[in-house]
Amino acid sequence: MTSIQDGTRRTAAELADALAAGEVTSVELTQAHLDRIGAVDGAVHAFLHVDAEGALAQAGVADERRRAGKPRSMLDGVPIAVKDVLATRGLPTTCGSKILEGWVPPYDATVVARLRAAGLPILGKTNMDEFAMGSSTEHSAYGPTRNPWDLTRIPGGSGGGSAAAVAAFEVPLAIGTDTGGSIRQPAAVTGTIGVKPTYGGVSRYGLVALANSLDQAGPVTRTVLDAALLHEVIGGHDPLDSTSVDQPLPGLVEAARLGATGDLTGVTIGVVTELGGEGYQSGVLARFHESVDLMLAAGAEVVEVSCPHFVHALAAYYLILPAEASSNLAKFDAMRYGLRVLPDGVESPSAEEVMRATRDAGFGDEVKRRIILGTYALSSGYYDAYYGQAQKVRTLITRDFEAAFAKADVLVSPTAPTTAFKLGEKLDDPLAMYLNDLATIPANLAGVPGISVPSGLAVEDGLPTGVQILAPALADDRVYRVGAALEALLAREWGGPLMDQAPPLVEEGESA
Amino acid sequence: MPEITRDEVAHLADLARIDLSDAELDHLAPQLNVILESVASIRGVAEDDVPPTSHAIPLTNVFRDDVVVPGLTAEQALSGAPAHAQQRFAVPRILGDEQ
Repeated sequence: MTSIQDGTRRTAAELADALAAGEVTSVELTQAHLDRIGAVDGAVHAFLHVDAEGALAQAGVADERRRAGKPRSMLDGVPIAVKDVLATRGLPTTCGSKILEGWVPPYDATVVARLRAAGLPILGKTNMDEFAMGSSTEHSAYGPTRNPWDLTRIPGGSGGGSAAAVAAFEVPLAIGTDTGGSIRQPAAVTGTIGVKPTYGGVSRYGLVALANSLDQAGPVTRTVLDAALLHEVIGGHDPLDSTSVDQPLPGLVEAARLGATGDLTGVTIGVVTELGGEGYQSGVLARFHESVDLMLAAGAEVVEVSCPHFVHALAAYYLILPAEASSNLAKFDAMRYGLRVLPDGVESPSAEEVMRATRDAGFGDEVKRRIILGTYALSSGYYDAYYGQAQKVRTLITRDFEAAFAKADVLVSPTAPTTAFKLGEKLDDPLAMYLNDLATIPANLAGVPGISVPSGLAVEDGLPTGVQILAPALADDRVYRVGAALEALLAREWGGPLMDQAPPLVEEGESA
Repeated sequence: MPEITRDEVAHLADLARIDLSDAELDHLAPQLNVILESVASIRGVAEDDVPPTSHAIPLTNVFRDDVVVPGLTAEQALSGAPAHAQQRFAVPRILGDEQ
């Protein structure tokens, strides 16, 4: 390694190799990333909390293990950031909400415990839409994150902080969560990689639930191989999560390495008719079709598949999600943890009055909208017509996937219908905001895994676009194989990764 | 779907234990109508014989061994409490005047 600063440009796999070869220490790497955060996060605002002291201490111990020849994992000593929706013992966990301001969990989420067990120093917690409700990170109570490609634009959401931190080279790896696209859509609009694993593939214990039948944590990285390495650290059965699948993970790193050869002979790729066309930006579609052509030229068979019920996915999602969210968020009641606000001018207020005042003061607009919507969807008289119907449509969407996967090994579509939009553009138009997740939502409803891989820059605005690759439940290895192949094929076209084309962020102390 | 009125939004907010201000109610009601209108298309999509799905990857009878494992201490459990006393959560009065 020529200089420590170069460390922030390298992939996690490269950093792991450099650590193993003794070319660099984890303390040096961790400090380099902390310096980068110090230099650019004032502009990007990807982090809600940076734990320099804790990360450096963890790095020091990782270095001792490496010196003793006893690393805990391949990624021992490689720094990471965690979305602020996962409980971290001793570190604040706010979910982007005022109602949890200052809360320090007394326990670790299983994902976090596994990161610690594998020796990854945790640099801090990343920004997000409040309780993961949103597609722009503008619904964070602590101010928006900005897209490193263009600081006037959104980084996607709800996991905009994790995606922006990785895109801004503040950290090589991050954890996101995806309920309707919150890992994949930010990846698409920031030129990074994001994976939503099979539902039940990564433990939800300690993940503050938005919609527990849809939520799934997963990797946010700059390369497909890095995502596979991270996925193997956090994935697998957890007895603390009753929805955790008790099966070994397929070989994800192996699949990513196989895919990196760029050969797709024997793979059938299904282009989903319903996830394209109207509502999709022309530059996004153009890059998508280029990617499909590249995969065809690399030996894949390409077929068109129809999933007719996908057109109802958004409606089903916006009934199921608010219903689950309104129940999940009932626990923020000002009694056991979090904010407690006393109502104005009430002498000796009751617990219920305190609860009402706290929830009004502590929740933002989008959270209130969805709680009210969910309460409505679950109320008697409407339950069968709306929530019950949405659950049936969920069955039909799952059947569409089954039929499509009988014809194709993986399905592909653009990840997000547009490139990153301007901050503020859709903030008070909930429906326009919801449309960002048009292509990503079906996978959550059916529980299948998906990855977003950068597919280039849209001609009209020069901003990143992404391709989504979906596989059947429990076949996460397929998204890594095909994702790595597409990544390799595109890198050959571009002469390097897309991130090399990102405009450099001006570091503080430099002249603009 | 019938139009959702401002009064209904106020009622739903009451059920959800959120003190919405008048301004919030004015703002929310029309937005909720737009959203509800867009999800109303869901009606009639599925025939009666389609079973509902509540979880994508269905698992039943998930058990683990009934063994004692360390849990949170009282201090840890109370560490985020707005108020506590005598190793318990301290809460505002829970009964009304007439109770």
